[in-house]
Amino acid sequence: MTLTPKPNTKPKVAVYKFSSCDGCQLSLLNMEDELLDLASAVDIAYFLEATRSVKSGPYDIGIVEGSITTPHELERIKEVRAECKFLIALGTCATAGGIQALRNFTKAADLAVKVYPHPEYLDYLETATAITEHVPVDLQIWGCPVNKGTVLEALSALLMGRRVNFPPSPVCLECKWRGTVCVVVARGIPCMGPVVHGGCGALCPSNGRGCYGCYGPSSTANFNSLVNIIQPLERFPGEALLLIRNFSGYAPAFRKAADLVIKAAAEKESK
Amino acid sequence: MKNIEVPALARVEGEGGLFIGVKDGKAVEVRLDIYEPPRFFEGFLVDRYLQEVPDITARICGICPVAYQISSVRALESALGIEIPAEIYTLRRLMYCGEFIESHSLHIYLLQAPDLLGVPSALDLAAIAPEVVKNALRMKKSGNELLKAIGGRSVHPVNVSVGGFYRWPDAGPLKATLPELEWALEAAKETVKWSLTLPYPDLKVNYEFVAIHEKDEYGVMKGDVWSSKGSKLSVNDYETRYIEVHVKHSNALHSHTKDGGHYMVGPLARLNLNHEQLMPEAQKALKDNKIKLPILNPYKSLIARSIELVNFLEEAIQLVKAYHPSGPAFLELKLKAGEGCGMSEAPRGLLYHRYQIDEKGRVKFAKITPPTAQNLPRIEEDLLALAPQLVKMEQEEATLTAEHLVRSYDPCISCATHFLKLKVEEVG
Repeated sequence: MTLTPKPNTKPKVAVYKFSSCDGCQLSLLNMEDELLDLASAVDIAYFLEATRSVKSGPYDIGIVEGSITTPHELERIKEVRAECKFLIALGTCATAGGIQALRNFTKAADLAVKVYPHPEYLDYLETATAITEHVPVDLQIWGCPVNKGTVLEALSALLMGRRVNFPPSPVCLECKWRGTVCVVVARGIPCMGPVVHGGCGALCPSNGRGCYGCYGPSSTANFNSLVNIIQPLERFPGEALLLIRNFSGYAPAFRKAADLVIKAAAEKESK
Repeated sequence: MKNIEVPALARVEGEGGLFIGVKDGKAVEVRLDIYEPPRFFEGFLVDRYLQEVPDITARICGICPVAYQISSVRALESALGIEIPAEIYTLRRLMYCGEFIESHSLHIYLLQAPDLLGVPSALDLAAIAPEVVKNALRMKKSGNELLKAIGGRSVHPVNVSVGGFYRWPDAGPLKATLPELEWALEAAKETVKWSLTLPYPDLKVNYEFVAIHEKDEYGVMKGDVWSSKGSKLSVNDYETRYIEVHVKHSNALHSHTKDGGHYMVGPLARLNLNHEQLMPEAQKALKDNKIKLPILNPYKSLIARSIELVNFLEEAIQLVKAYHPSGPAFLELKLKAGEGCGMSEAPRGLLYHRYQIDEKGRVKFAKITPPTAQNLPRIEEDLLALAPQLVKMEQEEATLTAEHLVRSYDPCISCATHFLKLKVEEVG
């Protein structure tokens, strides 16, 4: 989907925060070389982390960081959707629930008692979920945190009224492009690279470790094959499952992959 | 004058609001409402493998991920009884320099300066003083590029592990950060001068300052917890004096000392306690600019940040120049059950972690005390101290002055959700 730019007007942009670490919003502020140009090309109407001046909606572009974890957020995301023409889910919290979604694999109440002396004061949802589960989203930008190049590509495409061009290839291919020796093949390290969306430039393998999946599932992933490869390489019990149930663990494709791991482990157990 | 109410604080990390109740011209209640949702980190860390902890805790805060990574690996290394070699320690310090540089540049120019210069944001500042903002962004970038050269990316770097680093960063890209760091050091010295020209609101508070102190370096991740009241404790004894309690009627956890006092952590605490350990250029900047310590005005933490900016840029340059790793980048871990504490100085103040692990390296218990958790009761008390001034001001000015105070602490609200107060009381 594209946004048709109106001549001679700057699109109004709003940046919202839900449950998150602020890292993806910071990625916007970390565009040191582009920030001022960007700020002159759009009208930053709502961006609390950067400015206390607030212009009321509706907005042309809404950028949402974070996942939905409280009843209040559940309501608020609907208001946000209503006041934004084009809505971007920014980062893995917004696209898959993010790290908060680890609560979804256990009971949130059990976690609350571990952290808060009076959990009855808290008001939270049983699950932490992607904003895409609650409202229609026009564009998803994955990453924990997002890559600023990807964000720039998205915003410039929107401003120019063209389609967004994200690379379709997984992290695995980015390793090949940069000439990084495969950590699975050469060192026997479990790596999510073959099933994870590219965009980071194969950061983890190029630092000598396996990909931990923060950019979410790639569209061409073969999870059966991944599980067959990484499960025998586990360096500690349960590593494959922990690797999948991490920053993008609640993405539907990764949930299925986790089921495969659990099934394979059970089969191994029964033999 | 009416109550001061700021439903959503701007230019802070995370989400919070501010309420000051006024009755008969006197402030009767101050409340910093944190509506940042709970994320249960200490809960879901349980049963994760220890090597995952630095990656997971980094996600507590996107502005100070290195602080979370370093405090957690130090705690876990202590649980395993590991002492890391000097080379690894030094690279961690260099990485931490990068975080101080980016975080302080961001806070000084993009988060706090707009308050002092009477504009809503740095973007508005750019319209009237483009060079100031361009230089600020350039300084910030020098820190981020350093983080990238060491950790792959500046937000949630990927290279820190329990026992060291996944690999030594390539010397080429690391050394390539030098020219910009050197430029930034000069810009930071100018920042110190400029910081002394700004119109800070008046407030003097007799704080108890708490920071890490180490005798032969500016305390960041090694040393004891010092208090300006004379207490000196090892990291393992931190919890004997610094306590989180559940305050009645407030629905919030607050940190205080054993005897009930509120204390300040962060740049003012560090500078006031540790100025003798500053690098030479930072010492010189203090002296040349005739900066008298201790600084007791919380708004002037900006001055402390700019001195620290000089300090960490100077140190970064020295360490980048000396970078020439020869030993292994990480120690092989011998797993055993145990418990360990670790702390480090996040740009916004002391960050404490404690973990228990089992013999397979799985986390069984986690406790994290973030800097903002420690500062929040102090901020509320400051706001009360400020109240006599506030009630004499026009509503808009009073609101701005109160907001500015909160921002001057550089609160990281995502980190401090232990202060949740989701049941908002109606107070008139």
